[in-house]
Amino acid sequence: MTLPIAIVVAVLALAAGAVAAVHTWRRTTFDNPLFYAVAVVELALVALLVGGSVALARTDRDVDGVLFVSYLVTVVVIPPAAVVWGIAEKSRWGTGVVALAMVTVAALVFRIHGIWEGTVV
Amino acid sequence: MSEPASERPTQHGFGRALVAVYAVFALAASARSIYQLLTKASEAPVAYTLSAVAGVVYVGATIALATDRRRLAGATIGFELLGVLGVGVLTIVDPELFPEATVWSDFGAGYGFVPLVLPIVGLWWLHRTRPRSTP
Repeated sequence: MTLPIAIVVAVLALAAGAVAAVHTWRRTTFDNPLFYAVAVVELALVALLVGGSVALARTDRDVDGVLFVSYLVTVVVIPPAAVVWGIAEKSRWGTGVVALAMVTVAALVFRIHGIWEGTVV
Repeated sequence: MSEPASERPTQHGFGRALVAVYAVFALAASARSIYQLLTKASEAPVAYTLSAVAGVVYVGATIALATDRRRLAGATIGFELLGVLGVGVLTIVDPELFPEATVWSDFGAGYGFVPLVLPIVGLWWLHRTRPRSTP
């Protein structure tokens, strides 16, 4: 869980968030490009969960494993939850939920990196 | 407890996004406090108890906003505003009281001041969607 990995995942999330924000702004409904953008983020987060768990098992450093894995699981759950909650809303704020969720994911990824480095308790 | 469905329920439109943000904070605050209380309750009882209270308040506000329970929403969001202001002042006046950070420490600075802005937006939204008083 190095900083470059965290930055790549956070940038993906913010890019998907920007796509969602454009939808919110233009009042367009949830469409395929937005779905693919969120799907890419979700795949990256699943990879982060798997890679992070493997790295945790291998490291000799003193990382708070319970906290680390619970954050990794939480961040995987957020995008699908946001899509389910947002897609049911017919106003512009349906995609607004997705935009907010992507910003949350980006913030959480940096927090996860902090936990890995031991700077966040 | 349940009130008649209002014309403009709190969970639609902008409220949809508001509920989502509340849900994130409900999860963050309660998960954090459960973890803190389970692993190191004795280190900073005041801060951890406060985290737990904040978690319960956010969960209550999320459920109230998502199900259009205006009275409960008003109570929990009002408590939240008092909490973030009160704890914000206390953390500056007497930092030793809270050796460990909570969501409300320093007016929520650790969370980008969202905890300070959120109750204000929440109360505005409740006011905005209030049932029209029809004679």
